[in-house]
Amino acid sequence: MARPTSAADAAGLGRGRAVAFVLPALVLIAVFLIFPALWTVYLGLTDYRLTGLAAANPQVVGLDNYSGALTDPRFLSSLWLTLLYVGGSAIIGQAGLGFALAWILRSRTGPVRRIVEGVVLLSWILPSTVVGFLWYALLDRDEGTLNALLNTPGFAWLLDHPLLSIIIFNVWRGTAFSMMLYSAALENVPPSHLETARLAGARVPQQLRDVVFPRIRRHILTNLLLISLWTFNDFTPFVLTGGGPEGRSEILPVYVYRVALRDGQLGVGAAISFLILLINLVFALAYLRLLRGQRRQQEVAAAGGPPA
Amino acid sequence: MRLPSRPVLIGAITVLALTSCGTGTGSEGGSGGGSITLTIAANSIEGGKNAESAQWIKQWVIPEFEKTHAGVKVLFQPSGVDDEQYKTKIALDLKSRTGADVIDVDGIWVGEFAQAGYIKPLAEVGGATVEQWEGWAQIPQAVQGLGIFDGKKYGLPQGTDGRVLFYNKTLFRKAGLPDTWQPASWQEIIDAGTKLKAAGVPTPIQINAGTAMGEATTMQGVLPLLAGAGAEIYADGKWTGASQAMKDALGLYQQIYGGSGLGDPKLQQEAKGRDKSFAQFAAGKIGILAESDYFWRSVIEPQAGVAPMKDRDQAVGYAKIPAKQPGAGLRGQDFVSMSGGAVRVLNPFSKNPRLAWDLLAFMHSAAATKSQLAGQARISSRTDVNDEVLTADPMLKYIADEVLPITAYRPGLAVYPQVSTALQEATAAVISGKSADEAAVAYQGKLEGLVGGAANVGG
Amino acid sequence: MIRHTVGRLAATVFIAVVLAFFTLPMLWLASAPFDETPTITTSVPEFTLDNFRAILDNPYALGSIRNSLIQGGGAAALVVVLAALAAYALSRVRVPGRDALLYVLLLLSSVVTGTAAMVPIFELATRLDLIDTHLGVVLVVSGGLLPAAIFILKDFMDETPTSYEESARVFGASSLQILRHIVVPLVRPGLATIAVWALASVWGGFLFQFILLRDPEKAPGSVILYTLYTEGGAPKLDLISTFSLLYSLPVVAMYLFVSQRYGFRFHGGIKR
Repeated sequence: MARPTSAADAAGLGRGRAVAFVLPALVLIAVFLIFPALWTVYLGLTDYRLTGLAAANPQVVGLDNYSGALTDPRFLSSLWLTLLYVGGSAIIGQAGLGFALAWILRSRTGPVRRIVEGVVLLSWILPSTVVGFLWYALLDRDEGTLNALLNTPGFAWLLDHPLLSIIIFNVWRGTAFSMMLYSAALENVPPSHLETARLAGARVPQQLRDVVFPRIRRHILTNLLLISLWTFNDFTPFVLTGGGPEGRSEILPVYVYRVALRDGQLGVGAAISFLILLINLVFALAYLRLLRGQRRQQEVAAAGGPPA
Repeated sequence: MRLPSRPVLIGAITVLALTSCGTGTGSEGGSGGGSITLTIAANSIEGGKNAESAQWIKQWVIPEFEKTHAGVKVLFQPSGVDDEQYKTKIALDLKSRTGADVIDVDGIWVGEFAQAGYIKPLAEVGGATVEQWEGWAQIPQAVQGLGIFDGKKYGLPQGTDGRVLFYNKTLFRKAGLPDTWQPASWQEIIDAGTKLKAAGVPTPIQINAGTAMGEATTMQGVLPLLAGAGAEIYADGKWTGASQAMKDALGLYQQIYGGSGLGDPKLQQEAKGRDKSFAQFAAGKIGILAESDYFWRSVIEPQAGVAPMKDRDQAVGYAKIPAKQPGAGLRGQDFVSMSGGAVRVLNPFSKNPRLAWDLLAFMHSAAATKSQLAGQARISSRTDVNDEVLTADPMLKYIADEVLPITAYRPGLAVYPQVSTALQEATAAVISGKSADEAAVAYQGKLEGLVGGAANVGG
Repeated sequence: MIRHTVGRLAATVFIAVVLAFFTLPMLWLASAPFDETPTITTSVPEFTLDNFRAILDNPYALGSIRNSLIQGGGAAALVVVLAALAAYALSRVRVPGRDALLYVLLLLSSVVTGTAAMVPIFELATRLDLIDTHLGVVLVVSGGLLPAAIFILKDFMDETPTSYEESARVFGASSLQILRHIVVPLVRPGLATIAVWALASVWGGFLFQFILLRDPEKAPGSVILYTLYTEGGAPKLDLISTFSLLYSLPVVAMYLFVSQRYGFRFHGGIKR
């Protein structure tokens, strides 16, 4: 039996076996993730195209693709749209609605909870192409279900409010993940603490602030990190609006698709993909900072507070 | 706690997951068991997109060819997706020097594929017999142009199409317009639209615009209008910028969509706007619609169309697209059109290039072409077949006789798709309220960036 | 008490609104497949089952759902097994820089799942002779899913108590045995969730499946769904709606099975 290498190594894995456990995943990731990703980063430094002269003989152009993208007003507007999209649909929408659902459903059992969870999850697992048609049928200008219900015939949701439409769409699409994560997280909050707070006269917002959030902060951050990363790379709104009208819903993945696949400029597309990675890195670092701060707080709380 | 000893279970699951999926046998390339295998790739699939063409390859081409070529096995590799995605797949195949032996491509891709070294002139791949092929004499020079780049023949054209104005005779009658209508100038289109408007037709004119319609905006809208104003998008090594012709073309858009109520600007912006325009025309809500003969064959076709019109033959008329004024069109023409069409090329990395040429030539023989049409009228590349087949459909005969002689083609260069997008963006700008001049200037700026500076842009 | 009742009422209203919001878009899937002439809009159908007959006539439709199951199931199995192993090890043994490594991988996965990585992925698959194989699709999509799967799984392996593992070790169990018999049962709902998540992610994917496969007999449903258009790109809504319904059913069925059998949550239910 291997000797534990640290106090945390409860299973007695030891470095060697730990490496053996990680290795299969790491090999697959190295071959099918790291290698093509680095290759893509390299392509971002060339004028490579899918067809034409530049396909036969690509030239290294250094950072031209980057400076070209950063001075393209279409890229900048796309970046801004993406930030609004991620902020609105993921950070506020999915996380907010997901938490609200988890909070309200936590004390419920039986069919209501199962039906709500089932429907929310269904919208998460339906294939994206199918989902596009569903939402198109809902929001259609002429005979969409929504206009029929609201008695607003001819209201062009997708044209007059394209960004809002895809934000609401993505809330619908992705809330399930946050809901599940927070449901699990809320189980970590001892009911007795909530009860104590309630008896002390704390209203729901105070209960959330003082009792719940400190305990699930780590989950909040994991959740935000993943959903913002996924939303940043979400191509599904293309099915709904095609990036239009006039690029008003052209978020970055759609922009990359247009540049790389439709225009065939693979070099530029690769460079923009790398820019997206850098922006995601900024997000991740911001979240990590929050996470670190929280860890220190938690340690302080664990040292001084009552045992859970 | 008892722990039964099955430590390798998880490893076994992994291995199982890997091996059970590895059923790839590879249907391409190889020469299995001594016999020769040829593969045909096309953007068609049974039960889906272009199903007729897929059926023809499977049920006619392959058995007939194998009959006369013992020891040769022909396989079909269907796709049936968006053109852009199909193009990507073909380009990736050719880039890695694999792929089918005979490949279906859009004529517009020939130039960029040739520049990339993905395809080679037919004679280089197929050998000396290429030039002696009987079919060349049957294919009009202009149609052959679909497969020609830099003066060399890269592919055999399958057929072509033409763009016209379709109009709804029922609505025309309501507006007091004639049953047989042929506008002689742009103004006459506007006049007809105004009368339709007065008669209560919701959308008098539909000329595709905006980026959502994609290439349909360029092919059915900007380019025919540009030709009507006397210009081509690419001529004598230069791209057309914010010239007077371009401003005229965008000006017509402004007349239709800029508040006159003759067209529906919102429809141009919708992601599925083109499909909707089809449905609206079929439902009698659109008076005049610029489209290719595809609209007649596959959209409002009474039985199998996507927006069928039971009374198509009686209710729908068609007219040539006029120049701005008589004689103001491209080459001094009174009427103009645009055409495109698919070609078939040989894979230069084919293991059996001579035999691949035999197969390609066979697929373009008169018998094969006739079989491909199989009763449905469509403009093939061969005059001998057209003469025989098109008599069945007066509309397609009209295209072949009246429209093809005056038509024009797009330049097959790699940058063309981006120029096309810039044109679509220019129309989109007009739709959303910019003036034609402003849109043209913005387009010029974009164009210069795309084609490598003002030196490559003509007035 | 009044406050409580009001709160309860507000919660009920909220649930009703949420239910409506999530159900409304799905109406089309319930009506269009049974409509004689389906349009893009939801309407009470002129009832017919002809569309199902038509889609069954399509030579690739049913087979494509089987292919989706092979590729989606293969990827889900691979991702769950490899991610569980890796997450467990990373959770229990302190490897220097493991958090940074995970974040970097997570970020890189966003590059690889995008359009721009198309050429490298294709060339890689060509050189490894993986073109036109289910295995190729499984490996490529798994590579993109693994970092997030490890990230999520590690998160709640961190939360499971280690005391059982310690005692099992005292009784002489091997590491794999501990993982298999102690840790896996504890995180089973999480593993099930990751499996469904992986399956659903693969299920809708189009681009890589399309460029990696050649034979339509191997194409998954997402690719076949794209073929149900006319030459001019107009959707054949009768076929698309019907196929969409059939194609969604296996994922829904898998979800129901998994949630029935293992629960569908991110937590094992045992608190520290």
